[in-house]
Amino acid sequence: MKYYQFFGLLVFLFTSCGGGQEQSQDQNQAPESMIQPESEPETSTEAVAVNEAGKKVYDQYCLVCHQADGQGVPNAFPPLGETEYVNGDTDRLIGIVLNGLNGEIEVKGQIYNGVMVPHNFLSDQEVADVITYVRSSFGNNSPAVTADQVAKVRGG
Amino acid sequence: MRNIIKSSIMSLLVLAACQPAPENAASEPESTALVDDGELVLGDGFRATVVIDSTYKNARHLVVHQNGDIYLKMRADDGNGVLALRDSDGDGKVDVREEFSSINGTGIDIHDGYLYTSSKREIYRYKMNDGALLPDTTAEMVISELPDQISHAAKSFTFDDSGNLYVNVGAPSNACQQETRTAGSKGQDPCPQLEWQASIWRFDANQVGQTQQEHGYKYCTGIRNCVAMDWDHNSNSLFAVMHGRDQLSFLWPDYFDDKQSAELPGEEFLQIDEGDDFGWPFCYYDGFKNQKLLAPEYGGNGEEIGLCANKKDPVMAFPAHYAPNDLIFYQGDHFPERYKNGAFVTLHGSWNRAPEPQQGYLVAFVPFKDGKPNGKWEVFANGFAQVDTVKGPNDAKHRPMGLAEGPDGSLYITDSVKGKIWRITYSGTPT
Repeated sequence: MKYYQFFGLLVFLFTSCGGGQEQSQDQNQAPESMIQPESEPETSTEAVAVNEAGKKVYDQYCLVCHQADGQGVPNAFPPLGETEYVNGDTDRLIGIVLNGLNGEIEVKGQIYNGVMVPHNFLSDQEVADVITYVRSSFGNNSPAVTADQVAKVRGG
Repeated sequence: MRNIIKSSIMSLLVLAACQPAPENAASEPESTALVDDGELVLGDGFRATVVIDSTYKNARHLVVHQNGDIYLKMRADDGNGVLALRDSDGDGKVDVREEFSSINGTGIDIHDGYLYTSSKREIYRYKMNDGALLPDTTAEMVISELPDQISHAAKSFTFDDSGNLYVNVGAPSNACQQETRTAGSKGQDPCPQLEWQASIWRFDANQVGQTQQEHGYKYCTGIRNCVAMDWDHNSNSLFAVMHGRDQLSFLWPDYFDDKQSAELPGEEFLQIDEGDDFGWPFCYYDGFKNQKLLAPEYGGNGEEIGLCANKKDPVMAFPAHYAPNDLIFYQGDHFPERYKNGAFVTLHGSWNRAPEPQQGYLVAFVPFKDGKPNGKWEVFANGFAQVDTVKGPNDAKHRPMGLAEGPDGSLYITDSVKGKIWRITYSGTPT
């Protein structure tokens, strides 16, 4: 533990004990002061804007299953980092986001057999943003997807 | 190890700085002084020894035979379903290891000279051989044609003292929505999943060739999924701990925010009598109000009780999404007297508190008296995750899964990440 984190923890402890109840609920959680901010790679302003828009969509619709770290849940929801599903064929990936996915798939050597619901209520831009975000996060480094590509897949 | 020392220091600091603990059943309770013992953090006088460091991921339940042999159930997609382990030289570590059975799944137990083991749709048994590690390799099918389902498919089971076998048949969905896990989708009413699923079924423990439709008896209903079940021989009653529904804020953002979704509903500890209805999918349990409330799929808004007033309440609840995956009532004399007839529960740890940090990767103890909880639940063993903050379940180095009591009263715990097995003993002296 780095010293500044330790002192941060002490500060947290002595400032948060008035109520008791709130502290106890958080007993298993690291205090805010211990959570390291994730380092952002240097990118252009435009790419950052897409990432922020994409992250917003991700946090609202995807994170609940695929998790904050994009690594999914064992035996339930597959990881999004460094997989062919995410970094390969973009039309297939757009199709999965729009139409959902049913049945058995293999991701990184593991079998998943769950249900991903359709997200066709998202706009072409939102789908493009979230796919671009996922393809450049969680260890991925694949090119962006445009709203035109999404429209083309949506139109069949 | 360093993490654990840090965790221990943090725990002690928290305990020292923040007494007394709050009066809130749904929050994590205080523990007695915690000591660092290998990876696991246990109370004074308890010690964890490693029986085997790794077997397979997806290790599930286990049973320990009267001679100390261990049978570990596995849920691998391929490979064998049971791992038989023996410590032949008595040094506390496994040195004989045999695999058998093609039946992958969760449940395993020994009853009347047979090893019972379940897949997603069947329960089989193998005749034990006196003194031999491996049973007869011919499987007898005890129950077949249980529902084929993807979600909540584990057919965990337990036995009473009257020749009956109880089988968990979980709900195949989160909340019986018309469109599964879809925001704003109403619940099906009636919910057809209640006919054969979302219930615990009773069978004859000693009859082979049974099916659910011909021989099964629906013992209770309205349960979402109870991987953790045990018969309490002390009060002569079935108990189970339920995985509650999830994604309240994702599915119903008008009524619940992410914080509420992370903290609701409580994971219900159920005392089950014949004919009981615990309310799923119409109700969920609010562990802060200690009340069953109407689910938003059926018109609820986080306040309304409605028909849930007539559903049976749990005897207590764990915090939301902790994922109770095994339950045993302690019958031994090895642990201190207060543990006798109390309940140990493995909490596999959450995935569905996101975007809040994940929690609950621990083994809990609930003291019991006369068949009822006698005091708050306690953290019995912690330190499984080996990280300070679990952002997603893949961060956890271990996740506690199965529980068994050994013939000497020691407690065995399995881990589903790498199949580690610990044995917990009590020496009476702080370590």
